[in-house]
Amino acid sequence: MMRRRAAIYGVAAAACAIFLVAAPFALKPYGIFILTTWAVMTIAAIGLNLTLGYAGQVSMAQAAFVGIGAYTTALLTTHGWPFWPTFALAGVACFAVGWVLGYPALRVQHHYLAFVTLAFNTLVFLIFRNEEWLTGGNYGISNIPRPSVFGWEADRPRDFYFFCLAHLAVISFATWWLIRSPWGRAFVALRENPMRALSLGVDTRRYTLMAFAIGAGLGGLAGSLYAPLVQFVDPVPFALALSLNLLLMVVVGGSGYFFGPFLGAIVAVLLPEWMRFAEGYYLIGYAVLVIVLMVFCPSGLFGLAERLLFPPDKNAPAAQPKAQGEGA
Amino acid sequence: MSDFFQLLVAGLATGAIYALIAIGFTLLWQTSQTINFAQGEFVMLPAFFVLTAMGYFQQPFWVAVLAAFAVSIVLLGVLFKKLMVDPMIRHGVLPLVIATIALALLMKEGVREFYSAEAQGFPSLAAATNVSILGVAFAVQSLVVLIVTAVAVGVLQLFLNKTRTGRRMQATAQNPTVARLLGIPVERMILYTFLINAALVALASVLVTPIYLAKFSNGEWLGMYAFIAAIVGGFNQVRGALVGGLLLGVVDNFAAAYLSAQYRLAMPLLILIVVILFRPQGLLGRLEERTV
Repeated sequence: MMRRRAAIYGVAAAACAIFLVAAPFALKPYGIFILTTWAVMTIAAIGLNLTLGYAGQVSMAQAAFVGIGAYTTALLTTHGWPFWPTFALAGVACFAVGWVLGYPALRVQHHYLAFVTLAFNTLVFLIFRNEEWLTGGNYGISNIPRPSVFGWEADRPRDFYFFCLAHLAVISFATWWLIRSPWGRAFVALRENPMRALSLGVDTRRYTLMAFAIGAGLGGLAGSLYAPLVQFVDPVPFALALSLNLLLMVVVGGSGYFFGPFLGAIVAVLLPEWMRFAEGYYLIGYAVLVIVLMVFCPSGLFGLAERLLFPPDKNAPAAQPKAQGEGA
Repeated sequence: MSDFFQLLVAGLATGAIYALIAIGFTLLWQTSQTINFAQGEFVMLPAFFVLTAMGYFQQPFWVAVLAAFAVSIVLLGVLFKKLMVDPMIRHGVLPLVIATIALALLMKEGVREFYSAEAQGFPSLAAATNVSILGVAFAVQSLVVLIVTAVAVGVLQLFLNKTRTGRRMQATAQNPTVARLLGIPVERMILYTFLINAALVALASVLVTPIYLAKFSNGEWLGMYAFIAAIVGGFNQVRGALVGGLLLGVVDNFAAAYLSAQYRLAMPLLILIVVILFRPQGLLGRLEERTV
C-alpha cells in the first residue's frame, strides 16, 4: 500500500516537474508571469503550511512578511545592492520579526492568536502606507531591477521564471528535510496535543516560536522574489486580503500535506486567470468551493484525493490484496 | 470642552454599534464555540436587504426594515447554523474559521456582482440635525443610536436573566453537558443564540449604514472592530463586549481627532495587542481552562 502510494506520488511529482520546466517554452510572457507568481506564492504558502498545517498555529500575518521581504529587496536593490544579500536579509528579518510575533502565541491560542496576527498585518500595512520617507507611501517603489547571477541577467520573463523555480525547488527540498527531521515531528506533536507534547518533554515554547519564525522567514523569501517579479512595490498587495488568500490556499490545498500549498496556489493563482471569462463570479464560485470543501472534507483537496485514491482498507477490502501483490 | 463632549458622544454612538455586533459574536462563541469571521459581512448584508425591499419591491422604509430583519433571521440565523455550523463544528474550530472567511468573501463578492460596487445612500432613522443640551450641540443621529442600543441591550439582558428561556441559554453556555442532563433542550437554545445574533447584526446594520453608507466592503472593518471589542472586553461576557465596544468607539474617535488620522486604525489594534499580552481573558472576562 505504501509503495503504491509512493509510486503514484513519484509519477505525479515527476510529471509536474516536467510540466514546470517545459511550460514556459509554450507560453506567452503573460502566462510566464502568472506561472512565476504561482511559484512565488507557493513559497509563501509553504511557509504558512509549516506554521498552520504542521505546527497548528493560525497566522493571519503571512502577507505582512511577504511585504517586509518585498520592501527589503525593493529598497536595497534600487540602492545598488545585489539580489542575494537582500534575499538573505529579507529571510532573516522576517525570521526575527516572526520570532517576536510568536511570543503572543505562547500566551494565547487559536482565535486570539488569529486576531493578534491579523492586527499585526494591519499595523504593518499602515506603516507601509504612511511612512513615506522609507516606503514611498502609496506611490511605492518602482524600477526594481531583476537579479543577475554571475553575469547571467535573469531579466527576460522566462529566465526570471527559472530563477524563481530554482528557488522554489531548493526551498521545497529544505522544507521536506525539515519536516522529516525531529523538528518536523515536534511541530506535529505541537499541533496534535500541545499539553501532551509538553509532558513528553518537547520544548513547546521553543518549537512554537520556531514554527512561527520559519514560516515568517519563508514569507519574507517569497516577498523578496515578488519585488523583482512585479518590479514595482506598493502597500496594497500586502493587505489582509493576501493573508486570508494564503490561508485559503493552504487549507484548500490541504493543510499538513507537503504538496498541499502547491495545489492550493494553483487554485488561487492560476485558476482565476483561466477563468477570466467568469470575472467576479469566479470569486463567488471559489468561496462556495471552499465552504463545500470544509463541510465535506476539511483536509482539503489533497485529503480528498487521498480519500479517493487510497480508500481506507475496511471500506475497500478488495483493494488491499491487489496492493499487497503489487508491493511484494 | 464642547468639542470633547461631541467627540465623546459620537464615539459612544459608534462604540455602541460595535458593541451590538460584538455581543452577537460572543453569544455564538459562548454557546457553540463558533468564531464567525463573516460577522462584519453579516452587518453589511441586511442594509442591502432593506435597499432591495425599497428599490425592487417598492416598499416603505419601515416595511423594508422589518422584511430585512425577517430575512436576516432566516438566512444569517437558521440557515447559517443548519448548513454551515452544524456539519462543521465536529471537525474543530479551524475548518469553521476558514469556512466563515470564505462565506465573508461570498457575501462581499455576491453584493458587488448582484447589487453594486458603489456605495449606496441609506435612509436615516433620524434627521441629520443637532440638538443643544446644556449648551453643547449633539448630533440627533448619535443620540438615537445610543438610545436604540441601550434599549436593545437592556431587553437582551432582561431576557437572558429574567426569563426561563434566557436562563436556560445561560446554562447551556456555561456547561452544555449539565444543561442537557437537567433536561434543557440544548440544541434549541443554541439555535436561539443564532437567531439573537442575526437580529443584533440586522439592528446594527440599520444603525450604522446611514453613517457610513451601504457598501459591499463595509464588513471588513466592521468585523475587525467587533472582534477587537469582543476580545478587549472579554470573549465570554456580554458585559465585556459592551464595555469593549464603547471603549473602542471612544478611543477611535479621540485618536482620529487628537493623535493622527493616518494611524487611526492602529490605536484599536495596539489596544488589542496590549490586552492580549497582559490580560488575555479581556477586561471583564473570566479565564477559560485549558483541557488536555
